Amino acid sequence: MNPAGPLARVVLAGVGRRRAQASVVALTTLLAVTASVLALGLIAGSRAPFDRAFAAQHGAHLTVQFDATKVTAARLAATGSAAPVAQAAGPFPVAELRPRIVGGPPGLPVGLGLPSLTVVGRNQPDSGPDSIDQVAVIEGRWATNRGEIVLDPDSLPPSLLGARLQLPDLPGAPVLTVVGLAHSAGGSARAWVAPDALAAFVSRDVPAGLQMLYRLTAAGTENAIDSGRAAISAGMPAGAVTGTRSYLDVRAGALVRTAVFTPFVAAFGVLGLAMSVLIVGTVVAGGVGATIWRTGVLRSLGLTPAQAAGAHVAQVLVPATGGVGLGILCGNLLAMVVFDGSAAAYGAVAPSVPLWVDAAVGAGALALVAVAALLPALHAGRRSPVDAMRLGRVPRPGRGRWAGRLAARLPLPRPLSLGLAHPFARPARSGVLAVAVGFGALGVSFAVGLATTLDSIAADNSRDEAGEVVVSTHVRVAHGPKSGAAAPGPAQAPVAAGEVADAGDAADVAKVIAAQPGTARFFTSAHAEVYALGIVGPVTVTAHTGDSSWGARPMISGDWFRGPGEAVADTRFLDETGAGIGDTVTVTDHGVSVALRIVGEVFDLDDDTVDLATDETSLRGLDLGLAVDSFNIDLRPGTDLVRYVDTLQDALASHPAVVRANLEEGSEVIAVMDALIASLTLLLVVVAGLGVLNTVVLDTRERVHDLGVVKAVGMTPRQVLAMVLTSAGGIGVCAAAMGVPAGVALHHRVVPLMGTAARTGMPRAYIDVYGPVAAALLVLGGLLIAVLGALVPAGWAAGTRATTALRAE
Amino acid sequence: MPAPPAIAIHDITKRYDGAASALAGLSLTVAPGESLAIVGPSGSGKSTLLNMVAGLDRPSTGSVTVDGVRVDRLNETAAAKFRRARIGMIFQFFNLLDDLTVLDNVLLPAQLAGTPSARARARADELLGYLGVARHGGAYPGRLSGGERQRVAVARALMNRPALLLADEPTGALDSVAAAQVRDLLAAVNADGQTLLLVTHDAALAASCASRTVELADGTVARDTHGSVARDAETTAACGTDGSAVGGTGGTVTGGPAPVSR
Repeated sequence: MNPAGPLARVVLAGVGRRRAQASVVALTTLLAVTASVLALGLIAGSRAPFDRAFAAQHGAHLTVQFDATKVTAARLAATGSAAPVAQAAGPFPVAELRPRIVGGPPGLPVGLGLPSLTVVGRNQPDSGPDSIDQVAVIEGRWATNRGEIVLDPDSLPPSLLGARLQLPDLPGAPVLTVVGLAHSAGGSARAWVAPDALAAFVSRDVPAGLQMLYRLTAAGTENAIDSGRAAISAGMPAGAVTGTRSYLDVRAGALVRTAVFTPFVAAFGVLGLAMSVLIVGTVVAGGVGATIWRTGVLRSLGLTPAQAAGAHVAQVLVPATGGVGLGILCGNLLAMVVFDGSAAAYGAVAPSVPLWVDAAVGAGALALVAVAALLPALHAGRRSPVDAMRLGRVPRPGRGRWAGRLAARLPLPRPLSLGLAHPFARPARSGVLAVAVGFGALGVSFAVGLATTLDSIAADNSRDEAGEVVVSTHVRVAHGPKSGAAAPGPAQAPVAAGEVADAGDAADVAKVIAAQPGTARFFTSAHAEVYALGIVGPVTVTAHTGDSSWGARPMISGDWFRGPGEAVADTRFLDETGAGIGDTVTVTDHGVSVALRIVGEVFDLDDDTVDLATDETSLRGLDLGLAVDSFNIDLRPGTDLVRYVDTLQDALASHPAVVRANLEEGSEVIAVMDALIASLTLLLVVVAGLGVLNTVVLDTRERVHDLGVVKAVGMTPRQVLAMVLTSAGGIGVCAAAMGVPAGVALHHRVVPLMGTAARTGMPRAYIDVYGPVAAALLVLGGLLIAVLGALVPAGWAAGTRATTALRAE
Repeated sequence: MPAPPAIAIHDITKRYDGAASALAGLSLTVAPGESLAIVGPSGSGKSTLLNMVAGLDRPSTGSVTVDGVRVDRLNETAAAKFRRARIGMIFQFFNLLDDLTVLDNVLLPAQLAGTPSARARARADELLGYLGVARHGGAYPGRLSGGERQRVAVARALMNRPALLLADEPTGALDSVAAAQVRDLLAAVNADGQTLLLVTHDAALAASCASRTVELADGTVARDTHGSVARDAETTAACGTDGSAVGGTGGTVTGGPAPVSR
């Protein structure tokens, strides 16, 4: 006899006969695979774009800038033979320049100043297939003569190709035409010109430099990069190295937005995977009794143990394969929606779920199902068919009777006390239910905390700057026009960069604002770029006049500055300078320095800049030519915002000032995070609910006879419902009481990690978001998961006729 | 004026999907205090009839009135409440809950009905004593003999002082000694005035405990001894195996309190 034919029939008949279990297996694997593909896909997909580009461009692990006056080109070329260096390129001339748009295609913001750019002199984007830092020309062509420049469009106004840029810092203020747009994955430069062009432009006032690019033999860690840096600069005169950049920092910068997602997506992913393993495993292995019985029957009919086990595994794999296939599809679709919605958060290159994620999750889920199905089948295979049939039919009685006796003494209606005692009769199965609810409660607590944290961050940072009304007297130089900022009205010419309202104007504006009815208080802000020891590139310093403490950003530690000489800094500044609260840092501009004492660490989500804020008088030693950019105004309660803005604008008609209501904006990134949290939590809760459903289904099936008995002696359907729900709910409350603190702990661990990923610390207020009421409600949430999961089988138990149940004997 | 019947079944049929009728136009009346044995071959509709009377199943047509209540019209909740108030059930395989002690099994119907616990406990003690299983109150059913388990089941059935006691093959799973004890017990209970409806294959049980026997065949009454057997003290006493004492291990059911009186 060829057993394959009958075996296949046995498998298909098994699937058809046990439709309920097949459906639960299919649904559980579907949800588990969806959650896993989404979580892993988000993590992997968001990392891929940088890594792909860096590998393709053969990017530099380390970019070092040297002072051309202290070290020769020949000496630099020799650094290529340092031990940790695998490959080197350079030296290339380099300078920090601040161009300004002076003309070009229509629509360009003429007069706008661009941020300070690292400009490198390079003959060509790359010098061969193996050369370092093969800069990708995105649009246009490479700069070949003195009047041309190529820009990296990232963080610059759009459509700059063809623009004419003036370099006002240089003698004669030369003008260059943008002939191409390009991007260096390793971030070696933001603009490129022909080498001789740079040499001709750079004046004595701008420190001329040389740039070297290195690939290292070991570059996986910060330590490896640090030792490479040390080996390269060994033996050079002090001050020869003016700045270095590790590709790891560039990578972190490129990933910083997506990296904010990573800790919580990873936490959800791990939770989801753990839940999936648990639930799929228990769903599949759950019907152990039935499996053992069926294996016994099949063997009594002449199948070998291996054939019987194979038949059972195949029977489970049929619905699981369907679930896995659909799960991969759903996971990818959901990821596409999330990726699409978060295009801004993830940067220009939209990531996608890598194929290996689909393959790994699919294979992993099927392997898990196969193993979970195989174990009870093998267990049954070791017994004689008769033994297996007997063992599979008769549940082991007698466990947890102490709980029954104890519960019977409780002053509760009998159905409830019976329900409370039930879990102790099947401790392993109750354990599975507890873990499912516990994980669910953990996930919900974590999600609620995370959402609360994000909402607090969004609420505190919903405004670009402080105050209900902002008077702009100066177009931002460093960043270009910010989204949401009111464009200058048609009657007012744009205020060009460098065209600074003098102190007299600022004082006049201040007088008008102070006299305006409705003004409660205001302070001014001025922005400038300075240099600080230990930081490559400029630091943005905000100088305030007046009491700015009411408009302070959330503090991570310390206090807002109170007087001259004191300053607050963001986490990145403190990290990069190595300074702490109470330390004094030196900031420099054009060779002049002032010392500032750091008194507080501010929470700053703007990852583009390294920030410092102080009183305007602190910076008087520097020749920054500070101009007041904005007046930040707090209104008296009850003031009509629109009227205030209109009347103030009229009052300031003779000044170069634009008055705008500083409206709160929603954060796109936080909206995406909220959506992600909601979808991942929903998946987690549904998987937890399915775990509960499955265990209660198994338990109810096993108790069907007892249910018939209690109905025969007069238990009403409602009392049966109450008994079964109490059984699941009792475990649910206990499990939630453990799951909720675990979720809180996870939140307290992950939120600071998200901060670290965004390169900022976290104020305590964003971490301590759970109150006792919230915690109690979350425990009730666990109860809800248990009760909702148990509702269907409880309803079935309540609705089953006693005769049907008793016939089961 | 005669007392209303304990059970009045009028022209009931029961048809399951795709199967022949389990009951086909059956009518039957049982008087209060009567002891009726339903006999017949397998598939004749005995258990179906019992389930109809207990409100566990509904006829396809016809009516079932128990103690003045149309049981066939009750919904599941009302049927459950009716059952716990007016009907006690005894099963072939005892149907005690293995995870509850003997005492807790017996208490269950009273607890479900919301009887105050002191009163329920007193009633359970009284019944367990009456049925001779008081010393097993704290034990689990699995440790008891078949006869003892059936006594516990009887105690549970009598807990709420039901108007009607239904027994489905109460001796079917017992050895001959235990079966005789249960026969004696049911006879004594009936002698105390409890209406009894027995379904059995056991001719001895039917002959010795029932004042009337109805034989079913193909879902209808094939034979009814109504009026042909006089029910008197002698007949009832003849129920006992030895014709005198009825009782089980360690107890008697005669001369004790009257636990079946309502």
